[in-house]
Amino acid sequence: MSDHAEVLDTSTGLDSRKLAIWTFIGSECMFFASLISNYLVHKEQWMSGPGPFPHEAWTDPATGKVLEPIIEVPLVTVGTALLLFSSLFIVLALYGAQRGRRGMMLGWLGATIMCGLFFVGMQVYEFTHFVHKGLTLQRNLFGASFFTLTGFHGTHVTIGVIWLITMFILALRGQLTPERSLKLEMAALYWHFVDVVWIIIFPVVYLIK
Amino acid sequence: MATTVLDQHRVHAAHEEKTGLWSWITTVDHKRIGVLYGATAFFFFLLGGLEALLIRIQLAKPDNNFLSPEAYNQLFTMHGTSMIFLAVMPLSAMFFNYMIPLLIGARDVAFPRLNAFSYWVFLLGGLFLNAGFLFGAAPDQGWYGYANLTSRQFSPGANVDFWNMGLQVLGVSSLAAAVNFFVTVINMRAKGMTMMRMPMFVWMSFITQVLLLLAFPVLAVALILLMFDRFFGTNFFVPAGGGDPLLWQHFFWIFGHPEVYILVLPSFGIVSEVLPVFSRKPLFGYAAMVFSGVFIAFLGFGVWAHHMFATGMGPFADTFFSLATMLIAIPTGVKIFNWLGTMWGGSIQYKTPMYFSIGFIAMFIIGGLSGVMHASPPADTQQNDTYFIVAHFHYVLFGGSIFALTSGAYYWWPKMFGRLLDERLGKLHFWLMLIGFNLTFFPMHFVGLNGMPRRTWTYPAELGFETLNQLETAGAFVLFLAFSVFLVNIFKTWRGPRNAPADPWNGATLEWAIPSPPPEWNFAEAPVVQGRDPLWETKRERGGRLPEPSPGTGAGIHIPNPSYWPLITAVGVAAIFAAIMLSHKTGPWGIIVAVSILFLGVFNWVFEKGYSEFTTPAHGGH
Amino acid sequence: MPERTAAARRPARLVPFLLLLALVAGCSPERYPQTALLPLSDYARIGDHVQDQTFYWALGVFVLVEGALLYAIFRFRGRPDDPEPPQIHGNTTIEIIWTLIPALILAAIAVPTVKGIFETNASPTGDVLKIEVIGHQWWWEFRYPDLNVTTANELHVPVGRTVELLQNSADVVHSFWPPRFAGKRDVFPGRQTRIWFKADSAGLFPGQCAEFCGIQHARMAFQVRASSPAEYDAWAAHMRTLGPKPAAAAPRGDSVKTASAGGTVQGPKVPAQGPQAKADSATPSSQDPEYAKGEQLFKMKGCIGCHSLQAVDAPKGMIGPNLATVGSRAYIAAGWLRNTDENLEHWIREPQTVKKGVLMPNLGVTAEEAKALRAYLRAHQ
Repeated sequence: MSDHAEVLDTSTGLDSRKLAIWTFIGSECMFFASLISNYLVHKEQWMSGPGPFPHEAWTDPATGKVLEPIIEVPLVTVGTALLLFSSLFIVLALYGAQRGRRGMMLGWLGATIMCGLFFVGMQVYEFTHFVHKGLTLQRNLFGASFFTLTGFHGTHVTIGVIWLITMFILALRGQLTPERSLKLEMAALYWHFVDVVWIIIFPVVYLIK
Repeated sequence: MATTVLDQHRVHAAHEEKTGLWSWITTVDHKRIGVLYGATAFFFFLLGGLEALLIRIQLAKPDNNFLSPEAYNQLFTMHGTSMIFLAVMPLSAMFFNYMIPLLIGARDVAFPRLNAFSYWVFLLGGLFLNAGFLFGAAPDQGWYGYANLTSRQFSPGANVDFWNMGLQVLGVSSLAAAVNFFVTVINMRAKGMTMMRMPMFVWMSFITQVLLLLAFPVLAVALILLMFDRFFGTNFFVPAGGGDPLLWQHFFWIFGHPEVYILVLPSFGIVSEVLPVFSRKPLFGYAAMVFSGVFIAFLGFGVWAHHMFATGMGPFADTFFSLATMLIAIPTGVKIFNWLGTMWGGSIQYKTPMYFSIGFIAMFIIGGLSGVMHASPPADTQQNDTYFIVAHFHYVLFGGSIFALTSGAYYWWPKMFGRLLDERLGKLHFWLMLIGFNLTFFPMHFVGLNGMPRRTWTYPAELGFETLNQLETAGAFVLFLAFSVFLVNIFKTWRGPRNAPADPWNGATLEWAIPSPPPEWNFAEAPVVQGRDPLWETKRERGGRLPEPSPGTGAGIHIPNPSYWPLITAVGVAAIFAAIMLSHKTGPWGIIVAVSILFLGVFNWVFEKGYSEFTTPAHGGH
Repeated sequence: MPERTAAARRPARLVPFLLLLALVAGCSPERYPQTALLPLSDYARIGDHVQDQTFYWALGVFVLVEGALLYAIFRFRGRPDDPEPPQIHGNTTIEIIWTLIPALILAAIAVPTVKGIFETNASPTGDVLKIEVIGHQWWWEFRYPDLNVTTANELHVPVGRTVELLQNSADVVHSFWPPRFAGKRDVFPGRQTRIWFKADSAGLFPGQCAEFCGIQHARMAFQVRASSPAEYDAWAAHMRTLGPKPAAAAPRGDSVKTASAGGTVQGPKVPAQGPQAKADSATPSSQDPEYAKGEQLFKMKGCIGCHSLQAVDAPKGMIGPNLATVGSRAYIAAGWLRNTDENLEHWIREPQTVKKGVLMPNLGVTAEEAKALRAYLRAHQ
C-alpha cells in the first residue's frame, strides 16, 4: 500500500490502518483489564495448596519458619526498565525511518528487538523458576492468575518481537522507505501498547503487596 | 495478481459479475461478503428454528418423552447460542457489510480482506459450534454456560468444549469485523457527510461496533479462564480449588448485557431507515436518536448484574443495578416515541417493509415493558429463570430484532438482488409471523409467573402448564408456516427477471441512487452530500424522481483484488482451537501446526503482491 | 390495493381478541399450584406488591403507546400520489416532555423497589426458625439445626412463625424457589445465601429448582408442607424419635414424649390437604415379613451407602436423600412423582428409566425385591 505522509483523502485525514491499530488497542485494553481484574480477585490466594508462596517474606504462624518471597523483584525491574527504554528506542527508529536515515532506523530497531528478547527471556526464566519451586498453574489461584496474566502479556510481547524482526528484515532489504514508514509506525504503536500494559501489570503484580 | 484496473477493454455491464465458486471463495467485495453472511446466517437461523420446534413439540405435553433430557438440554443450548451468535448477529452483519459503504457513499470497507477473513472465521465458528452434534456431544450447558456446572467434574464430555472453542472462534470474527466497520464509518464517509448527517442505520451500527470492541474481550477472558480450568487444571471457577462460580457470572454478564444491545441496536437502525421512507417524512428527532443510542450503549455496561438478582448480592448492589436498569428505559422510550413521531402526520405507504417495522415497534414495546418489570429485584426473584423471562427476551429479540431484520430484508432486497419480493406473499408472511409469534410467546408471560421454570425438559401434569404450552407449540407451527411463505417468496421471485428499479421506494439515502444491484465499484462518481436524506434533497432539486442510473464502466476505478489468504488465515484460527480441544491426543503438535497455518496466512496476506499500489478506496478513481 | 389489504386485516383483527380471551380463561392463578401470583407469606407479598405496581404502570404505558401506534397506523394512511406531508424534523418541547414523563414513572417504580430490596434483605427478627437448605444434583436436603434433624425434599414449616433458610449447594449452582412463599434464591457451593418467610396458610405447596443444574434439572422439585404450630411441633417431636436405630414403625396415634412438655402428647395424624397430601399406601408395619427382607436388601444392594435412614444425627455429605420419612412423603424422586407403592417400586427398580442420569444406578433389583424394599421404606414415616 502506498503511504502518504501528507493528509489523505479520508474523512479524518488519517490513514485507516493507523486508526485500525488504535481501535484494536482499545479493544485489547478491555482484554487486559479483565485479566488484571481476575488477578486482583485471586492474588490473595497464595496461601492455598501445599507450600504457600508468599509475595514478600512471611512467617508461618504454625511453624515459625520464615518463607522467602517467590517473586524476584530486582530481575523483573531490570526487564521492566529495558521494556520502557525499548519504547524510546522504537520512537528513535521510527524517526530515522521517516527521514530515510537507514543506519539510525536499523540501529534503534535492533536495540528495541534486543530489549524485547531480553524481556521474553526474563519471563521464561521466571516461569521456569516458579515451576521449579512448585508454583504452577494448578497449584493455587494466585499461580493460575499470575501465569495467565503475565503469560498472555508475554505472548503479546513475543508477537511484537516477531513483528519487529519482520520490520527489521524489511528495513535491511531497503523496503522501509519514508513513504512506507507507516508499517513501522503501526508496529511501534502496538509495541507502546504492550509496554503500557506492562507498566500497569508490574506494580499491580510485583510491587503492591 | 496484478491490480485490476478496469479499463476500456473490459467494460462491465451493470449486471455482469464474476461467477463460479472460486470467485466467491476469493471475494473481498463487501456486497458479496454481505450475501455470504446473509445466506449462512439464514441457514443457521432455520437450524435454530428447527431446534425450537423440537423443543416446542417436547413441551406440548406434560411428562413427554419425545426428547430425552440430554437431547432437550442440547437443543435449548444450541437454539439460544445459534440464534444469538449465528443468526441475529450475522444477519445484522449482512446489512453492515452490504449497506454501510453504500449508505456513506464509499466503494468498499476500509479493509476488504479483513472483511472476508471475518466472514470465513464466522462460517468456521458456526460449523465448530455445531460439530458437537456429529459426536453426540452438542453443547448442553445453556447459552450462558454457568460455572461450576461447566467444570470438568460436572461436564466431563466435550459438549462444553465445542461451545467454548466455537465461541472463541466467533469472537475473533466479531472483533475483526468491528475494527473494520469502526474505521470505515470514521474514515470513509462521502464528502459533506459529517457524523451528524449519517443515516441512522450507520450510526446505530457504529455504536454496535464500539460495543463489540469493548464487550467481546471480556467474554474472551471468561472463556479462556474456563478453558484453562478444563484443559490445564486451574481452578478459577472450581470451589474446591478456591474458585468462585459467581466470578463467571460477573464476567459473562459484563459481556452479556452489552451483547443484547449489540443484538438490537442495528435493528433500531433499520427501523429508523424504513419508517421515514414509508411515512414520506424525515426521522423525527435525529439528534435525540443518536444520543439515546450512545446513552444506551454507555449505560449498557453498567447494568450487568440485573441478570444476577437471584444470587443475593446484598441491598446496595441490588439497588444500584436496579436503578441503572430503570434508567436505560428512558432513552429506549425516547426512541419509541421518535418512531411514533416519524409516522405521525406522515403519508404512510403500506408496503411489506413498513408492515414489519411497525410490527417491530408494537412488539418491542411489550418486550421493553416486561424488561422494566424485571428491573425490580423483589419482583424479579419470582420472574427470573421462568418463562416470563423467556417471553421478555423473545419479544425484544424476535419481536424486535427479527421483525426489524425482516423489514430490512424486504426493504433492501431489490437493491441487493435486483428483484422485488412479492408484496402479497410478503404481507401474508407478516400476518402469519405476527400471529404465530404472539401465540407462541405471549402465553409464556403467564405460564412463567404461574410457576414454570426455564430449561426444563418436561413438567408434571399437576402443575397445570399443559394448556398454555399447547397454545405455544401451535404458535411455533404457525411461525414455521410464516417462514415457509418467506422461502416461497424468495424462490418465486428469484426465478423472475432481475429488473428492479434503482429506487423502488422513493428512498432518502445514497444507495437508491445507484443501480439494483450495484456494480462492483458502487458509485461511478464519489457522491457529495449536503445534509441528511441526501437523495430526497437531490430529487427535490431536480423536481421529481431520478432517471435510472447507469452503472458506468468502472474505467480507472481501483478495485481491491480477490485473495484467498483471508480464508487460509481463518482456517489457521479455527485450527488453533480445534488443536487445543484435541491436545490430549495430539499434544502440543496440533497447536504448533495450527499456529504455523495462521502465520502462513498472515504473512502471505500482509505481503501479498498487487496490494502495494492499492489506495484506500475512499473517493473517486485515481 | 387498499381494499384487499383492508379486507385481509378484518379477520386478522379478531385473532388478537380471541387470543386474549383464551389467555384470560387460561391464566387465572388458582389453576396453578406453583403460581407466584398468590403469595402466602409476608416475604412473598413484598415482591408481589412491587410487581403489582410495576405491572399497572406497564399496563398503562402499554395501552397509551400501543393506542397511539394503532391510531397513527390508521389515521395517517396515505396513497402513493398523495402530496408530500409536512417535513417535520422534531419538536424540542414534546421531546423533553416525553423524556421526563417516563423518568417520573420510573421514579415512582423505584421507590417501592428500593424499599422492597431493603426489606427483603433485612435479617428477620423475633423467634426465627433456622433451617439449612442444601441443593444436590437433583434433590433437596433440609436440616433443622435446633432439632438436630435431617430430611429431604419435603420442607416442613410452621404457619405464623418466621423461618430463615440458610442455603448452600453440595455440587453446582441451583436455585431454591418456593413461589407461594418467596422469590428464588440461588444456592452456591462455597458460599451461603439466605431467604426468610413467615407462612400464613397451611397446606402442601410445590417448588422447584430454578437454575439449570444438569440433566435432571427439570425433576428437582420439592414440597413445602406448612402446618399449624401444633402440628409442626408434633412433627418435630416425631422426627426426634427417628434416631440411629431403624425405628420400628409405630402404629399411628402412639404417645410420644416431648422434651419441653415433659409429658405425653397424642401422635399426629397429618391431615390431607391439597393435591396428593399424603402417600397412597397401606398402613406399614415392621411385622410385615417383607419388611425384614427389605431391611436386609437395603444393606445388601448398597442403598445404605448413599442413603441414611436416621433423621437424628444424620451423617453429612450423603449422595442420596435422607429416607427416614420417605414412606410418608407425598412425592418421591425429588418432589414430583406421586408416592404410590407402584411408583416407589418402579423408582427402586429402574431409577434410570424414571429419572435418567440420576446418581442412583440401576442395581438389578427384581420385582420381588422391589416389593420388599418398598415395604421397608413405606414403614419409614
